[in-house]
Amino acid sequence: MEKKNWPLWEVFLRSRSGLHHVHAGSLHAADSEMALNNARDVYTRRNEGVSIWVIESKNIIANDPSESESFFEPASDKIYRHPTFYEMPNELKHI
Amino acid sequence: MDKFEQAFQNKLDNEEKIEPKDWMPEKYRKTLIRQISQHAHSEIVGMLPEGNWITRAPSMRRKIGLLAKVQDEAGHGLYLYSAAETLGIDRAELFDQLHSGIAKYSSIFNYPTISWSDIGAIGWLVDGAAIMNQVMLTRASYGPYARAMVRICKEESFHQRQGYEMMVSLANGTEEQKEMAQDSLNRWWWPSLMMFGPSNAESTHSAQSMAWKIKRKSNDDLRQQFVDVTVPQAEYLGLKIPDDKLKWNEERGHYDFGEINWDEFWEVVKGNGPCNKERLETRVKAHENGAWVREAAMAYSEKLNTAVNHK
Repeated sequence: MEKKNWPLWEVFLRSRSGLHHVHAGSLHAADSEMALNNARDVYTRRNEGVSIWVIESKNIIANDPSESESFFEPASDKIYRHPTFYEMPNELKHI
Repeated sequence: MDKFEQAFQNKLDNEEKIEPKDWMPEKYRKTLIRQISQHAHSEIVGMLPEGNWITRAPSMRRKIGLLAKVQDEAGHGLYLYSAAETLGIDRAELFDQLHSGIAKYSSIFNYPTISWSDIGAIGWLVDGAAIMNQVMLTRASYGPYARAMVRICKEESFHQRQGYEMMVSLANGTEEQKEMAQDSLNRWWWPSLMMFGPSNAESTHSAQSMAWKIKRKSNDDLRQQFVDVTVPQAEYLGLKIPDDKLKWNEERGHYDFGEINWDEFWEVVKGNGPCNKERLETRVKAHENGAWVREAAMAYSEKLNTAVNHK
């Protein structure tokens, strides 16, 4: 019996112009054209998208969640990056 | 409890989702693979009893509706297989488990669709029961499963409505059509109630699945909820639910209903239902007959890649 799977692809949809592409799901396909056609047939059956990206799952690089604490640490103590850090006189408007 | 287990438990307690690469107990992973793949197999096998009637639908309106529904089931199977694959099992292995009988699918699909009105009854009752379960699962603790369920629930309500519309036509049709509708209700009612699984006391996985927030409601609660919403729908059709013990209980605020035939349930689960053998054989045959297509597509893709690399 053949055991070889078609490669796995991730599907990203732009639901309408003006919005980002958002991950919609995944599928198996032999090549990029088939991945795109299958993504259209499965993930946009009810006009959910105006644009589709597909990328082979193995090409996505992700951070390791077990190390996310140290990975995201540089941002956690920098409250001065937020507008509320700065004190404004109460009577001031439009700022 | 080590720090990984603690972090996992904290997420559950705070209603945060568990995502694919997060640490999770091995049993949680196994339970999810079993449940999600069983769910995926049910979508795929569930195409068979309905597909049986596509060529014989009585009108174009019914035919396109049924065709679109069966197409959706294929999509639902895909969403669920994809969710299962995020847990580190591959598609070929999932298919192997189905084809070798290791994995189960919903027993409801082991009953035959012997008349056109069965298609109406399936949409109304079987999809109705599935929706109860699936709405609950949109809040499951595993992110990919919950997200697949959101997509599925959005699409599923059309399934139930196309079934009920069919029942309305038949129930308001000729005497013969009405009898046909009643006969379908008679045959599909009890198997639909069985879809929610064994009663709480008998269900081996329930307690743990609830603790892990994979399930949010017990089998018996979901079953009661289904009976409560479905009885008035049967009354509207002027059809009689085949249960002499069915009666509104003012005190409980729910319908009381008769005892399910659990012997029948377990027999079908064990593989002795009317269509178990036929369903599995059809699936295996479709898979084997498609092997050359999968191989040819892969060979073509490899050839294209080689051509590109040599340019």
